Amino acid sequence: MFSTVGRPVPRKEGREKVTGESKYVDDLCFPGMLHGATVRSPVPRGRIRNIEFPAGLPWNEFTIVMAKDIPGDNCVPLIVDDQPYLASEYVNHPEEPVVLLAHPAKYLVEKARNTVRLDIEPLPAIFSIEDSLAKKQIIWGDDNVLKSFLVEKGDIDAAFAEAVHIVEGEYRTGAQEQLYIETNGVIATANPEEGITIWGSMQCPFYIHKALLKAFPLAPEKVRVIQMETGGGFGGKEEYPSMLAGHAALLAWKSGRPVKMIYDRAEDMLATTKRHPSRTRIRSAVSRDGKLLGIDIEFIIDGGAYATLSSVVLSRGTIHAAGPYLCPNVRIRSQAVATNAPPHGAFRGFGAPQSIFALERHLNTVARTIHLTPDEFRRRNFLRRGDATATGQVIHESLNLEALLDRALDLAGYHAKVKAFAAGNPKSKIKRGIGFATFMHGAGFTGSGERYLQSVAGVEATPEGRVRILVSSTEIGQGTNTMLSQIAAEALGIDYDDVEIQRPDTSQVPNSGPTVASRTCMVVGKLVESAAIGLKQTLVKAGLLLEKYSRPQFAGACARYIAQFGPLKSYSQYQAPPGIYWDDDAYRGDAYGAFAWAVYVAEVAVDTTTFEISVNDFVALQEVGRVIHPVLAAGQIEGGVAQGIGYAIFEKVVWQNGRMVNGQMTNYIMPTSVDVPSIRVYFEETPYEYGPLGAKGIGELPIDGPAPAVLNAIENALGLAVNEIPLLPEMLMEEAGVG
Amino acid sequence: MAKITIEFRVNGTPHQVQAFPMERLLDVLREKVGLTGTKEGCGEGECGACSVLVDGELVNSCLVPVLQAAGCDVLTIEGLASNGNLHRLQEAFALAGGAQCGICTPGMILASCQLLDRFPQPTDEQIREGLAGNLCRCTGYQKIFDAVRQASQA
Repeated sequence: MFSTVGRPVPRKEGREKVTGESKYVDDLCFPGMLHGATVRSPVPRGRIRNIEFPAGLPWNEFTIVMAKDIPGDNCVPLIVDDQPYLASEYVNHPEEPVVLLAHPAKYLVEKARNTVRLDIEPLPAIFSIEDSLAKKQIIWGDDNVLKSFLVEKGDIDAAFAEAVHIVEGEYRTGAQEQLYIETNGVIATANPEEGITIWGSMQCPFYIHKALLKAFPLAPEKVRVIQMETGGGFGGKEEYPSMLAGHAALLAWKSGRPVKMIYDRAEDMLATTKRHPSRTRIRSAVSRDGKLLGIDIEFIIDGGAYATLSSVVLSRGTIHAAGPYLCPNVRIRSQAVATNAPPHGAFRGFGAPQSIFALERHLNTVARTIHLTPDEFRRRNFLRRGDATATGQVIHESLNLEALLDRALDLAGYHAKVKAFAAGNPKSKIKRGIGFATFMHGAGFTGSGERYLQSVAGVEATPEGRVRILVSSTEIGQGTNTMLSQIAAEALGIDYDDVEIQRPDTSQVPNSGPTVASRTCMVVGKLVESAAIGLKQTLVKAGLLLEKYSRPQFAGACARYIAQFGPLKSYSQYQAPPGIYWDDDAYRGDAYGAFAWAVYVAEVAVDTTTFEISVNDFVALQEVGRVIHPVLAAGQIEGGVAQGIGYAIFEKVVWQNGRMVNGQMTNYIMPTSVDVPSIRVYFEETPYEYGPLGAKGIGELPIDGPAPAVLNAIENALGLAVNEIPLLPEMLMEEAGVG
Repeated sequence: MAKITIEFRVNGTPHQVQAFPMERLLDVLREKVGLTGTKEGCGEGECGACSVLVDGELVNSCLVPVLQAAGCDVLTIEGLASNGNLHRLQEAFALAGGAQCGICTPGMILASCQLLDRFPQPTDEQIREGLAGNLCRCTGYQKIFDAVRQASQA
């Protein structure tokens, strides 16, 4: 049916990646280049009294930048303009940048960074959601609340009045480090005449573009941002690179020389963003026959010291909090609160992994309380076509979650294993268990987000009939280059090999929006498809091409058009699919263009001597619309599942007064090749009418399910309901009352 | 401490560099030999992104003082393809989805090289063990396992 879509075509930049030819930012070196470094606050909160440069280093050789050197506004613009590039009077979190240094010799910069003495008068600080809510100190605004939402459906009080069963629980999730293997890094050149150019590792070139215009008095065309090959992002290179690019540009502006800033692993882990820690309290009302009558959810996330993206992380977490279930009465009260930790930020899933963990653990407790199996209880409450979600979004697509659940449980051998483990566990020191989670993830920006973004994508043809895609959407490993090329090739009826993609460079490409929110395939892919169809229609209307054509005919038409009219380009701008409406004020309506739906099943073994947990099998079944590239799509799911298993049982950020104290790969443990199970990935494809060739988004979906599935499996193995992650062996041992 | 002259072969080509004896092999390869395919991920020997083969032994080049490589044969990712033809592991990583963001890929392929040297037809267990010193955050390792299996059958 399709010539390119659905086939495992070679990754566009694959050859360069396996030969070592790909250029990441640290692989670039410019003549006269300086190395930059950041002097950061040693205290969580305080007033800067003095900045000292002790004798012993040739300070006159250094370029030194402080807040007073910033030519424009000292503010990294995002949603609320509260975060400075450099602290001037007060610091609000450990590792907050205060002074920037640059020097030709890398080792001297490092030495200087450790020599500058910040004299800071400490102020009382707060480090927990509880202390922030209790206003132990007011550290942000009037009440420490960065953002709050209220979602209401039906009459929650009436539901509890009517309930036969009422179940309550509290659920917690920890911070998680994105841990891309390439740390954050940029190179900047800057001067008032030529403007600024940034080369860097990033997800969102136009975020950086906007951020630099705030700090420097320059016209937009004087700022150019180029994405280099990027060694993983996972959200960690969404907003933070704006700060880093600003720093490098400030040093370059003052020194007049190119400045490279590459964080080492410790700086990247200590100073940059992580997943928001969360606390969720759920109270649910259930009828005699196991129907959810009401869910009352309080969802709180720790935003750290500045607002950054917390409001939108909170929004996605809030909307996903009630899950893929039909419940007539829902109340979700959510808040992002400030603490004196470095700001938490974007990380794959963006709030949803936190609230979904809470709900999927909670539903297992409800099922147990009312003596139903976890699967039977969910079956009685699934959303079906025509039903409305918590925000009132009516599901118009064909949706059969019961069938999805049945298939996933079959693939995992769930029912047989439940029996076998129940029989075998009493006789064994190794307790085995199986558990699952059922969930969905919305693709694209939440609510009105895509309408505000108004993204644009383009395609350009050469006289040889080759087509180049013009987008600011970045390849960060997930397959943007390949997948968008497949969509364009399919829309134009040309070879995949005849499509190429322009390296994201703000001087060359339109703003197709940030590379976030599982939107690159579904939203940007659709724009590329439309632009490609537009290009074809241009040729047809000009009388140069028939509706059906061969490769030489297409090339010939392109050549004739270009000779006659000049460059052959076609652009397409986002328009909301018909019938999609979101009310920002009431916080109701169609939260996402489409959801991907999934059931994940985890099998675990717990050694009751050491309490070591191993995940031995994993089934990931999802309905994602059309799969554009089977190998890349499966790769997204497998990577997300591994990251989700890490979130559940390996990855613990240890905090001390707002500072991460295990900022090394030696003691912050991510899954290795011996820690991951065989991850069995299955897709169901129900084409989505408004996605490119029927595709929806998949990037974030796989991080949502593993943690609750694994903890549900541990509950099955040990009969122990643990409601907090990460769950490391020593914590499980304590929960089990051993040791 | 003064710089010394160190001679070694990189991908079969003799090199002579002036370096401090304790400079990291990683930095010498990237900055003095000009081969940037070897990547730094953590700088403490945990992630394996900087893996190279020194006299056939897989090492983390961020932990090796260049002095130790004197007189040795160093193989980096740039030395794996011959005359523009990809090594069977490079081919397999590219086709099987073993490379996503690509930053761990050079080290992962060199670790796989040593693995196939030792176990030409590795079991799943041997693949997992053999690659346990190389971290990948993108793939969940499954497609890397596929790539090694495919290469072992090529």
